[in-house]
Amino acid sequence: MTFAAQGTATLSGDVPASPAADGRLRVVARNAFPFLVVGGIWEILAHAGVFPALLFPTLERVAVTFVKLTVSGILPLHALETLARLLSGFALAAVFGVAIGLLMGRSRRMEDYLLPLVSALAPIPGLAYTPLFLLWFGPGNVTSVLLVGFVSSFAVIYNTWTGVKAVKEIWLRAAQSMGADDRRLFRKVILPGALPYILSGLRLGLAQAWRILVAVEMLAAVHWGLGWLIFGAREFLNTDAMLAGIAVIAIIGLALERLVFKRLEDYTVVRWGMVAA
Amino acid sequence: MIDTGAPIRSLRRGAVALLAAAAVYEAVARSGMFPAALFPTIPTILATLVDMLADGSMLLHAAYTLYRVLVGFGGAVLIGVPLGVLMARFAPVERFFMPLVTALMPIPSFSLVPLFMLWFGIGDVTTILIVLYAATFPITINTWSGVRAVNPLWLRAAGAMGADETALFRKVIIPGAFPFIITGVRQAFLRAWIAVVGAEMIAASDWGLGWVIFDSKEFLNTDVMMAALVVIGLLGYVFERLVFGAVERATVLRWGMVRQAKG
Repeated sequence: MTFAAQGTATLSGDVPASPAADGRLRVVARNAFPFLVVGGIWEILAHAGVFPALLFPTLERVAVTFVKLTVSGILPLHALETLARLLSGFALAAVFGVAIGLLMGRSRRMEDYLLPLVSALAPIPGLAYTPLFLLWFGPGNVTSVLLVGFVSSFAVIYNTWTGVKAVKEIWLRAAQSMGADDRRLFRKVILPGALPYILSGLRLGLAQAWRILVAVEMLAAVHWGLGWLIFGAREFLNTDAMLAGIAVIAIIGLALERLVFKRLEDYTVVRWGMVAA
Repeated sequence: MIDTGAPIRSLRRGAVALLAAAAVYEAVARSGMFPAALFPTIPTILATLVDMLADGSMLLHAAYTLYRVLVGFGGAVLIGVPLGVLMARFAPVERFFMPLVTALMPIPSFSLVPLFMLWFGIGDVTTILIVLYAATFPITINTWSGVRAVNPLWLRAAGAMGADETALFRKVIIPGAFPFIITGVRQAFLRAWIAVVGAEMIAASDWGLGWVIFDSKEFLNTDVMMAALVVIGLLGYVFERLVFGAVERATVLRWGMVRQAKG
């Protein structure tokens, strides 16, 4: 329940839709206002020359760099490379995580065997494994994808496991007494019943994968990727390129949260009436 | 339905699994399939760990890391809880800060490391700020939703019984929101713990568990690396289970607000 609070912070107080356009404008203005204030402070600081301009570029310079890098295709290429890594790592985590979680939830024996291993490995921050993976698999894509998959699978495993165990006993017994066999029980009762948990696990896993990937790219010396872009920009004091990279990272992060998972949830658990919209 | 042998069987199976994993690792390490420098045996790792503990270097590394994480995390609690409460109680504050929080939260803290390195140099300031950044948002968001989730009936009941603002706040709102706040603090600590290790690797100083891991890669000291991994895991576990578990037992569990979860 409390996990759901994370990242789903939407603005409350929907404006009544009588003059719909007017209301929407008000919401936009209200949301934009804090950014204008912060941007204004930034501009004043940057123009006042309190800090060296090289380290504290004005927003218009960041914007110019952003456009220049986008038009020349450098920024999109970095972003694509990062997304490809994110998705392949996360796909690994989703497949293995859900499978292991289901096994642990359904079989007492597997739970007993696997839980200690999972709980021994989980408290070590994923990034701490980076140097080890680097030594074992060398710098580059293999290391980053494996690491992202490994790290984000724990959230998926835990949530899937909890979800399967949280399926109401009475649903199982009802389905059984109505003659459902094991396969149908699994497909029609357990899987849908556990899905809200599985989805929140995937969501947490993706968020974790995203957070860690940027650092992994900095450490694993891959030659494309947003993490590498901002890390490399430091060498040349390209603070504007760095900030442009951070902006892209923020946009992708927000898009992942809002577009991918919101939608997935709407199509499945919300439509089935398992959680409130 | 519950037979008394079950917990013992669980324990035995858990031990078997851990031992089997250790045995497989040991067998691989000894088989010489991989260079011994990359795959140290478990006795080697333990010996290194004991050595580093005995000469105090591991303790000093751990102390630096703990100092950074606790300062940053403490700052995050000091900022996050009041901000969350204010956002939940006053609509203008919420309207101003919520868009900012929503926009900043998806930026991974590590992406700020290079920027902070330029601004604040290498070392404590950068790492502490990264920890602060990573930990503030979960606390803010959870406090906010906790305060909003306080049952309005309680507020009205307390108001009808003559509680003033301070009493309402101290006796109803804070205890009511506490389960959420605790969850936020726990999540925040996990993130802070990850952030400190990552920040120490990138914004390297001379001490710290993250730094020692990354530094030992350069010299192929895989045993030092593994020993530091063990310490990081243990410390994280101690905080997560013992410290926050104790806080939870002393507050929300004792107040009967949440039930004891298994495991």
